[in-house]
Amino acid sequence: MARLFEYQGKELLKERGIPVPRGRLAGTPAEAKGFAAELGKPVVIKAQAWVTGRAEAGGIKFADSPGEAETWAQAILGLQLKGFRVEKVLVEEKLDIAQQFYAGVIVSDQYRSPVIMFSTMGGTGIEDIARAHPDKVWRQPVDIFTGLREHEARNLVCKAGIRGKLQAKLVQVLVNLYGLARKVEARSLEINPLVLDTAGEIYAADCRVTVDDNAVFRHPELGIEIAREFDRPATPLEKVAYKAEEKDYRGTFYFLQLETQYEGEDYIGFHGGGGGGSMMAMDALMRAGFKLANFCDTSGNPSASKVYRAAKIILSQPKLAGYFHSGSGVASQEQYHTARGMVKAFRELKLDIPAVIRIGGNSEEEAIRILTEYTQDLPGKVEAYGRDVPVEYCVNRLKELIAEYKDRKAVS
Amino acid sequence: MSILIDECSRVVVQGITGREGMVRTKLMVDYGTNVVAGVTPGKKGEAVFGVPVFDTVEEAWEEAGPLDVSVIFVPAPFVKGAAFEAIDAGVKLLVIVPDRVPLYDVLEIDALARRKNVRFVGPNTLGMISPGKAVVGMIGGKASTAREWFRPGSVGVISRSGGITSAISYYLTRAGVGLSTVIHVGGDPIIGLPFPELLKEFEQDPETKAVVMFGEIGTSQEEMAAELIKAGEFTKPLVAFIGGAAAKSGTRFSHAGAIIEGGRGTHQGKVESLRSAGATVVETFSDLFVVTPKIIGIA
Repeated sequence: MARLFEYQGKELLKERGIPVPRGRLAGTPAEAKGFAAELGKPVVIKAQAWVTGRAEAGGIKFADSPGEAETWAQAILGLQLKGFRVEKVLVEEKLDIAQQFYAGVIVSDQYRSPVIMFSTMGGTGIEDIARAHPDKVWRQPVDIFTGLREHEARNLVCKAGIRGKLQAKLVQVLVNLYGLARKVEARSLEINPLVLDTAGEIYAADCRVTVDDNAVFRHPELGIEIAREFDRPATPLEKVAYKAEEKDYRGTFYFLQLETQYEGEDYIGFHGGGGGGSMMAMDALMRAGFKLANFCDTSGNPSASKVYRAAKIILSQPKLAGYFHSGSGVASQEQYHTARGMVKAFRELKLDIPAVIRIGGNSEEEAIRILTEYTQDLPGKVEAYGRDVPVEYCVNRLKELIAEYKDRKAVS
Repeated sequence: MSILIDECSRVVVQGITGREGMVRTKLMVDYGTNVVAGVTPGKKGEAVFGVPVFDTVEEAWEEAGPLDVSVIFVPAPFVKGAAFEAIDAGVKLLVIVPDRVPLYDVLEIDALARRKNVRFVGPNTLGMISPGKAVVGMIGGKASTAREWFRPGSVGVISRSGGITSAISYYLTRAGVGLSTVIHVGGDPIIGLPFPELLKEFEQDPETKAVVMFGEIGTSQEEMAAELIKAGEFTKPLVAFIGGAAAKSGTRFSHAGAIIEGGRGTHQGKVESLRSAGATVVETFSDLFVVTPKIIGIA
């Protein structure tokens, strides 16, 4: 899912009429100090990162003075939060919290519709709330054609025992929240906590949005660079890969780096073919003690040029011990396109590590012939197998080839 | 017998003159599927491998006769419109092949389909095959391959991965196990006919003796299948393998549906719920082809 930062989500909420605390985005400690002075009251400094548990990791701090804001911004900017480097902080007025709620919309495969959720126990994750206080979470599936009606939202808030003016305010928040989720085609959109302050006003104190990858093309206004399910910003190589995918609609190419810093161990450049087959091949490699530098999947009858780009991107990762490809073993597509793409990349890069290619499926004989015949003169040995050879055998062959390769290197 | 499709099903192909539409029409016609019409707006009067092309589904229905199944091959942004058109024309089963269909479009298709008592397979599906009878979609790729790889018999196959659907079916056939109907349910988070719905169909099919299922992390299809068994609504043997044991939470490794969100849909959770319902969950993929022949009594 394409994720948005908290500050981006809050801008969307604000446009939709859901109040958010006053605040500004800062990229330097000096900026943070200036914004804190502007706000003229105690502030909170919040790391902008997609990860959960920011507070526990030191990514959220309160400051009573502009000087303190500067100090905390200094500490938070550049922090690594679960692999996510903090580049920006949100400087916001500190709220005087009277009560915390949860409000969210998620698309549920159980209900087969968007579901609006409300809880009087905001603050922690909704899964934890639902587990600890199942009687304090209220849900309502939403009709995709009519949207969330006001009375449906009111029913939820009433069930929570909330009356009077606060009830009316929360109903508006829920209706607007659903409207926004529908508009940006969010797979999930959560406000947690939704804060009632001591003056009786409601504010979205946090906001998490994930937009449906497949709908990103019709939302240029969201400025999403890469429509992919990452829990961290994309690496430069992932950006290159995404560009290759964006420009070529034939088949699917997905690339994810699992490790960028490694030394001395057997890291494999992994190239899967099809979701299920990729996952099984990955499991087989890991069972055999290999580590994967990346995950990659080219499938859905990709063109040779797409496979070529994928192979090149995989092999541009440094210090790989080997290259491994496997699909399901029995692909419906004509497999020689994939073989041609790989061979072109192998030749161009003068492949010098062992490669095992499990390429079973339609026309596998031709694919295997292409892969073996045209790689004879390369320093790295290429072996290709068809549908009757199990993935475990291929993983084992890779292991043997890597061992031979190391011996050869040690001798020379 | 088989479920959802057989040699009598009257099939219309939406997007028949496109690259994918044409290639897959050849597969279906060569295999013997009863493809009676194709639709591409503006192409009325053309023919694709002998199949007459019409401008609208309604027109195809009027001129070529009733349509039981529509298989859709239009680009993802146009899938919703094509599905609505087929539903409005009265088609009761859709097979939505394209991937990358926006989620809210699928929700709209699903809501309309439920209102009109229509069912759909996919999106993001290879389709389905009742071996010896009909193929709808692209399983097998070529008719000669489809005939060689998949033999008729008494085991149903359902899978969340396209390639694995073919792989399971091929290895079962090689192990001497014939197949009643094979369905790739689609790799997306919301799909028309998830596992429990298909298990209900297989329960009603006297020819199907057992079902083999390839599940994955993410969504709650496997858990719902387990609930169905516990409720006594599926009573035949179910043999399952669940992929994605090594995947970490919150990151997508393959199908958009295969993502663990908020601790739901874990590998362990799925395996445990299926086992507690009495299903056989095998540890390795290749065990499927050892266990299944025993269960149907041929090994």
